[in-house]
Amino acid sequence: MKHIFKIIAVLSAISAVWVALLETSTVPRSYTWLLPIYLVVALGCYGLFMVGYGLMFFPTCPREAILLQQV
Amino acid sequence: PIEARLDCPILTPAGDGKSASPISRRLPSAPAQRRLRRRSRQIAHQEEVICPRCSARPGGGGAAATAAMEKGGEADGGRPEYSIIVPTYNERLNVALIVYLIFKHLPDAKFEIIIVDDGSPDGTQDIVKQLQQVYGEDRVLLRARPRKLGLGTAYMHGLKHASGEFVVIMDADLSHHPKYLPSFIRKQKETGADIVTGTRYVSNGGVHGWNLMRKLTSRGANVLAQTLLQPGASDLTGSFRLYKRSVLEDVISSCVSKGYVFQMEMIVRATRKGYHIEEVPITFVDRVFGISKLGGSEIVGYLKGLVYLLLTT
Repeated sequence: MKHIFKIIAVLSAISAVWVALLETSTVPRSYTWLLPIYLVVALGCYGLFMVGYGLMFFPTCPREAILLQQV
Repeated sequence: PIEARLDCPILTPAGDGKSASPISRRLPSAPAQRRLRRRSRQIAHQEEVICPRCSARPGGGGAAATAAMEKGGEADGGRPEYSIIVPTYNERLNVALIVYLIFKHLPDAKFEIIIVDDGSPDGTQDIVKQLQQVYGEDRVLLRARPRKLGLGTAYMHGLKHASGEFVVIMDADLSHHPKYLPSFIRKQKETGADIVTGTRYVSNGGVHGWNLMRKLTSRGANVLAQTLLQPGASDLTGSFRLYKRSVLEDVISSCVSKGYVFQMEMIVRATRKGYHIEEVPITFVDRVFGISKLGGSEIVGYLKGLVYLLLTT
């Protein structure tokens, strides 16, 4: 159960920062309420970018298929 | 086609250029029959029998042949260093080719091949028994099971009969090509790794025959698994791996999943236990085209496996 604890710890740290920002109002409240949504959207964009990048540069080996027929 | 490729000089009359395959249906010529009888006598008298081509020495004569065997084995009393476990099911056409390729690409290593057959109805076990006559029963081992009992249990069954210091697992359908075995061995010797796993997703590796949908699901699944689990390998579901024997025994006893989630669980558990994992690029050519196994239930099964691994490792 150790990896899930690490993830929970990171999430709690982030939510502590968010609550602190809400309380101290250094940033206007309307923006602060939306910060978690921005974070989720950013995470989704990162994931999509990684998938797209990997798809573009997916290594293929058509030569190997030909070599295999010659075995 | 397979008969033409397997020209083992044991069964080839010297110098006439023709070749006979151990699985050929033709009756061997008279010199070949004499050779077969002599090999049966050698096996009966517990002499080491090995294909001269495979030990890279010409054969001929009992004393010279036994001396030739020393190269292929027994610096430390006959224990092989590598045990290659190949689970098979209905691989009658491929198993002879796989054994031939392994012997061709590993001329200097001490190894044994353990074929775990799950009661194939197409006669795979008969082919393996003929291969045992050619290569020797100490190099090709047949450990059969009565029926299909699953991949994880096939590995455990093979592991019980393995006597090597390292264990290699691979598929029998030639999607894992034995020509990468020397690179696995070299990587392990260079880095002293506990596990060396083949990865299809780096630039020297690759796949062939995958359409866009399959690449997309594979890539998406990989990104998800990497973010959530952070394992030490880039290819989690691949099953072409070299393990140290103690590491495999330790990891396999703590795994409970089935199928490809089992492969993922092995790597993730090994990472959590702190084992040193290295990677080697391999190419993966799917021999079976057009059979789509990626339905909705597969995706759901994968996500359930991912959540299970997230919560329990």
